[in-house]
Amino acid sequence: MNIYQISVFLENKAGKLAEVTKLLADSNVDIRAISIAETAEYGLARLIVDDAPKASSILLQHGDMISMTPVWAVEVPDRPGGLYELLTALAEAHVNVEYMYSLFTHREGCAYMVMRIADEPKFLSTLGDRGIKLMTMEELGLK
Amino acid sequence: MANYYQPEIETMPYDQLRQLQNERLVKQVRHVWDNVPYYRKKMEEKGLTPEDIQSVDDLHKLPFLTKADLRDAYPYGLMGKPKSECVRIHSTSGTTGKRVMAFYTQHDIDLWEDCCARAIVAAGGTKEDVLHVSYGYGLFTGGMGLHGGGHKVGCLTLPMSSGNTDRQLQFMEDLGSTILCCTPSYAAYLAESIHERGLQDKIHLKAGIFGAEAWSEDMRRDIENKLGIKAYDIFGLTELSGPGVSFECEEQTGMHINEDHFIAEIIDPDTGEVLPEGTKGELVFTSLTKEAFPLLRYRTRDICVLSRKKCSCGRTFVKMAKPMGRSDDMLIIRGVNVFPSQIETVLMQQGYAANYQIIVDRVNNSDTFEVMVEMTPDMFSDSLAKVARAEKELVGALKSMLGIAAKVKLVAPKSITRSEGKAVRVIDKRKI
Repeated sequence: MNIYQISVFLENKAGKLAEVTKLLADSNVDIRAISIAETAEYGLARLIVDDAPKASSILLQHGDMISMTPVWAVEVPDRPGGLYELLTALAEAHVNVEYMYSLFTHREGCAYMVMRIADEPKFLSTLGDRGIKLMTMEELGLK
Repeated sequence: MANYYQPEIETMPYDQLRQLQNERLVKQVRHVWDNVPYYRKKMEEKGLTPEDIQSVDDLHKLPFLTKADLRDAYPYGLMGKPKSECVRIHSTSGTTGKRVMAFYTQHDIDLWEDCCARAIVAAGGTKEDVLHVSYGYGLFTGGMGLHGGGHKVGCLTLPMSSGNTDRQLQFMEDLGSTILCCTPSYAAYLAESIHERGLQDKIHLKAGIFGAEAWSEDMRRDIENKLGIKAYDIFGLTELSGPGVSFECEEQTGMHINEDHFIAEIIDPDTGEVLPEGTKGELVFTSLTKEAFPLLRYRTRDICVLSRKKCSCGRTFVKMAKPMGRSDDMLIIRGVNVFPSQIETVLMQQGYAANYQIIVDRVNNSDTFEVMVEMTPDMFSDSLAKVARAEKELVGALKSMLGIAAKVKLVAPKSITRSEGKAVRVIDKRKI
């Protein structure tokens, strides 16, 4: 039920991120979510794309340093307080979120958060208890 | 089992070797006195005449030659033969100041090629071998030196020169090259390219003779594993002829100095005093047989140790350890001596590519010291904290090796230029 995230190493230089997005654009890969983390010297872009195997082989061929990580896509009600409810539920269960960001995709009153969690069994049981839905690759139209 | 090119010389009993050196030294000092006014003046200043040098025991009396002398006497001032008797010039790259020009008579070239032939045979070379010479040809001594050695051994010699990696690999594959000669950084680059292209099964190298650059033991193992060969070190200086001043045997525990042609001394670089065997110091060479460029007591700036411990290969020539680095390569950063080879050792131990660049600058009267390192798949992760931790470990390891802190800059893989000749490891922007 995981989805796959691609992380790309970015040197701290103007145009590095543009280069990555151009490679994906040229191969008709659609970016569904992106988040950037950075230090003063370098950064990394975390990406959810519609075709992760294709994107990763393009980036590797180009000589980029990448890493594939399983992450979770959680359904969140698209209304005020939606994210708060989810995070409260996780906080009460002492589940730590390493990082999260949102997917561009919205559907029928729902938004989706990409989450990376350390304690996955506890995370999954908490979602189960609260009836919170995890999205599959198929449901999000990801390969 | 040992392989010798000139067994009677390479395994000559020490007493006999010493006797040969004594005779040759006396003759060489006379030759220099008669033909090199620059050095004769230096001897006269010390109140010396050729009669004061009766054997190797008197060597310490002679004045040193340094790189500064080579500069002063540039270009023809240290020549021992008239131009009409010289047949070739080689030159250093001049990366550390003025170029050094070295001259050769045909006899000099002949003896130099013998030295290179000894190195090739010691690495297992025979006339059945295809010798792939990827050192640069031209002014640089690497290419033509090993090339001439290859001819002497009777190898099928491929004058590839450096560069054009695709062609290098194509020839290696098509012609079945068995011995590769090049700089260690180019060997590492070729090894990487062979793996990238999945050509491991099509390359049939058995040995490599790598020199002209400082390289670490870890880098040797890495090249050996990647190419499936035994990698032999070779040492030389343009000033003395070129590669083949010393070379490794199968024991790989130091390089045998061709003592019938060169006398090595280790001195205290500060006082000039000769140090006993086994002590670390600056390597000094006296050329016994060179006619056109006969240097006496030439200070190499290489920091090194000599050992006369018996070698299992049967050679009686003294062995020199891999130089710690040329003091020309040595950087003094915030008052601390730093050799690029030390940084390479740390990188290899921590699982990074041996491709790196050191950038030194001076900002507000204080040295800045940055090491650019290529990111590797093992250390990259989706978590910045993990990447930062790996980076911190590297900074710590560098600090404990060097004694001063370096700033590490992680860069994208393959973004540091791969070298096809001598690698550019250091960019010193300080204007002092």
